Formats: sequence, structure tokens, C-alpha cells
Amino acid sequence: MKSPAIHVKDLGLRFGEHVVFDKVSFTLPAGKWVSLLGASGVGKTSLIRILAGLMPPTSGTITTSDGKPIAGRLAWMGQKDLLYPWLTIRNNIALSARLTGRRSDHQRVDALLSQVGLEGYGDQRPAALSGGMRQRAALARTLYDDKPIVMMDEPFSALDTITRTRIQALAAELLHDRTVLLVTHDPMEACRLSHQLLVLASASGGIDDSHVLEGAPPRAPNDHYLLHSQAQLLQQLVRANA
Amino acid sequence: MNRQAALRGIIVFIGLLLVWWLITFMGIPDFLLPSPAATAKALWTQRAYLAWNSLTTASEIVCGLVLGVALGMAVALLMISSPRLQRWLMPLVLTSQAIPVFAIAPLLVLWLGFGMSAKVMMAVLIIFFPVTSSFFDGLRRTNRDYLDLARTMGASQGAQLRHVRLMAALPALGSGLRMAAAVAPIGAIIGEWVGSSAGLGYVMLNANARMQSDVCFAALFILVLMTVLLWVTMDMLLRRLINWSEEH
Repeated sequence: MKSPAIHVKDLGLRFGEHVVFDKVSFTLPAGKWVSLLGASGVGKTSLIRILAGLMPPTSGTITTSDGKPIAGRLAWMGQKDLLYPWLTIRNNIALSARLTGRRSDHQRVDALLSQVGLEGYGDQRPAALSGGMRQRAALARTLYDDKPIVMMDEPFSALDTITRTRIQALAAELLHDRTVLLVTHDPMEACRLSHQLLVLASASGGIDDSHVLEGAPPRAPNDHYLLHSQAQLLQQLVRANA
Repeated sequence: MNRQAALRGIIVFIGLLLVWWLITFMGIPDFLLPSPAATAKALWTQRAYLAWNSLTTASEIVCGLVLGVALGMAVALLMISSPRLQRWLMPLVLTSQAIPVFAIAPLLVLWLGFGMSAKVMMAVLIIFFPVTSSFFDGLRRTNRDYLDLARTMGASQGAQLRHVRLMAALPALGSGLRMAAAVAPIGAIIGEWVGSSAGLGYVMLNANARMQSDVCFAALFILVLMTVLLWVTMDMLLRRLINWSEEH
């Protein structure tokens, strides 16, 4: 699996007279984890949905370093776990196979269940699992097809701090080497997991992609560098929102 | 249905019987309000006649239910598959509800004759709206995030409909089916009242004309029992089928 870089150039989105963002340009480096932050309503979710092909932009282009389209090479994690309540965990993990008429790979599902620590829960329905377990199942579903690009829209926001910290570490380990874009409101999460940060400002402000983090994620919560980066990021967010 | 619900049903049934029995002690003549005992006697003495006519009504209800549910689901699926079709079909769905069934019943008997078809059609007409509207509503309200996830996985429109929308709409369809099970007998009975030679509606009309209130009440009792049984069966079936839903 070779993860491509994604180049975004002059991306714009407007609804009638209302400009959500305009002329936004940045690059998601190949095989790196990038977090997108910004105040509520600046268009973070719209931006990631455009990149995932779920809505069209008003202007601009999105290309990849290998020239192939993003569609078909993308795994998506939404704000909730999005496990289908009528399917078992096993069938949820192999959802893409069911939706595209392929046979599910039982061995792969078993391996993923084991990787995310859900052995013995494969035949349960999502309702029988806790929030943290459901999010781990969603992570296994994201990994099932081994896609090189992963886009996540605040996937851990509904979890308690302890569970969130554990799942962040698990996600960082399992999504290693993929091109990942994570939308988050949590500066700690962003600094812990990312190689680079993007801060989206309101309509005229564009995007700030200057914050590159050193070292390999996931960083320990008490890492001195993480705390320093977090302070920097907070200042960046305040400036973007000014 | 759990044991508590069954017990509640039995208590309500016994309570109603008790109230009915007490009212008959207020000096109301038998031809106006027969006692539970007189009704039970009519049920026993006329059992063959009532059984045969119950069978006719039951067949009409079941046929109407199957056809009405199939038609309602098909129309809802057509409406969700194309916004243009939805714009054309929605007035038709609303019209089916706006026409008073009592007004259309004589016409249906005129067009389809005194046989079973007019009664089945009446049941279909009465079932069609709750099934179509509840199922369409369920299909339309499918969580957008579920559909987004399916789209990122490359699911075709057909696969999205089959694996996501249809499944997500089952609890809403369940509500429509429960309502259909409760109202289907009304359609069949109205059809029988307007023109028939068999069925519980026919029995009621005949008994009424001959002042045989006990037979009329016996037929009514069977009809209520039939409706309750139909609803309970439907409810149990749906609970088993949609056991993953919080709403089931």
C-alpha cells in the first residue's frame, strides 16, 4: 500500500452569497497524519466532506501525488461510530464487502477484531457494546479494506477522556503510514496524533498550514513538546478567530 | 408480547365484559343490548354459521393486508427512487386517504361485484396510506451519515437502497404495518355492509334487520377478537424481525 499526498488548490465553497471559505490551498503529505482545526462554523466538516467526495466544491482542484482519484482509496470515519444497528459487529467491519457485493473475508475480520481488542464480540449487535468498544469496531471497519487515505471527522469527540486517549493511541498505531486527515476541536488530540496542523480561519482568512510537529505520534500526554505545541496551537486558533 | 402485557390485555377484556354485564342490569331490553351470556349463547348455537362467515372475512382481511402492504411498499420505493416520480405519486397517495371509504364502497361493489374482490379492494384502500406514508417517511429519514459512509465505500444507489435505506426504514414501516393490521378489518367490513352474501359484516346486517342483537354482538365479538389477534401476531413478528431497533 502506497499512500499518496493530496494537493488542494484554491478550494472555495459558497452557498449563494455566503462564502464559507475561499482560495484554500494546502497539501496533505503522503503517509502523514494531519489535523484540521478551527472555530465552529468555519467549514471544517464541509472541507473534509469535499475531500472525501461527499459534496462538490464551488471552485478549486484536488489532486493526488500519483495522479489517481481519491474515490475508491478512501476510508471514512464520521462524528459517530456509524455502526449499522441491524448488523452484527462482524458484518459492520466487513460492511464495504456487503455494499459492493463481494464476499467478506472472515479471517481478516477475525484479525481486526483481535487487533482492536474485540475478540468474542463479533456476533454482538452494536447496541450491546459500550461507546469505546463501538468506536474500536468503527476503527476496525476503517481498516478492513486497507485504504491508503483515511478521513475522520471528529471521530473521538463523544468518548470520555480515558477511552479517547486509549483509542487515539490505537488509531495512531493502526493507521501508521496512511495519509490521514482528522477534523478535531481538541488541541491536545491534534498535537498528540499529528505530523502537521491546519488551522482554518473564517471566510477571508484562509488556512494556516505552518504548524509542523516534530517526532512521531502518538505523543505521550505529558510530553513536554506536546504541551508546548498545544500552547502554540491555542494562540494560532485565537489569531485565526480574531 | 411479554407476560405483563398479556395480563394487562386480559384485565382490560374482563373489565369491559364486567361493565357490559352491569349495564344490562339497568333494564335495557335484550334486543337493544344483549347480555354477555346471551351473546355467548349465540356464539355457541350459531357456531357453524359464524365460523363460515368469519373465514370469509378473515380471507378478505389477509388478502387485503398482503396486497395493500405490497402496493404501499412498492409506491414508497418508487417515490424514494425518483424525486420526479415522488412529485407525481404523492397526490395519488393523498387522494387515496382523502376519499371517504364509505363513499367509494358502493362504487367498488358496482364495479367489482358482490364477491371478494370489492372487499379486498376496500381493505387495500384503507391500508395503502399508512403503509406508504410510514415506509416513505422511514426511507426519507435515513441517517445521512449512514449513506455518506456507504458512498465512501463505493456503494451503488441500488446497494444503498437495499442495504441502508430499506433496513433503516424498517422501524417506521413496522408502525405502518401495525396500523394496517388494526384498520384492515374495517375496510373488509365496510365492503360487506355495502353489498355481500357472506362475511361477518353480512351477518351483522342480517341479524340487525331481524332484531337478533345477540347474533350481531357475537359477530362483533369475533371481529374484535380477529383484529386483536391480527395485531398481536403482526407485533410479535415485527419485534422478532426488527429486534435491533430501540423503537420496536
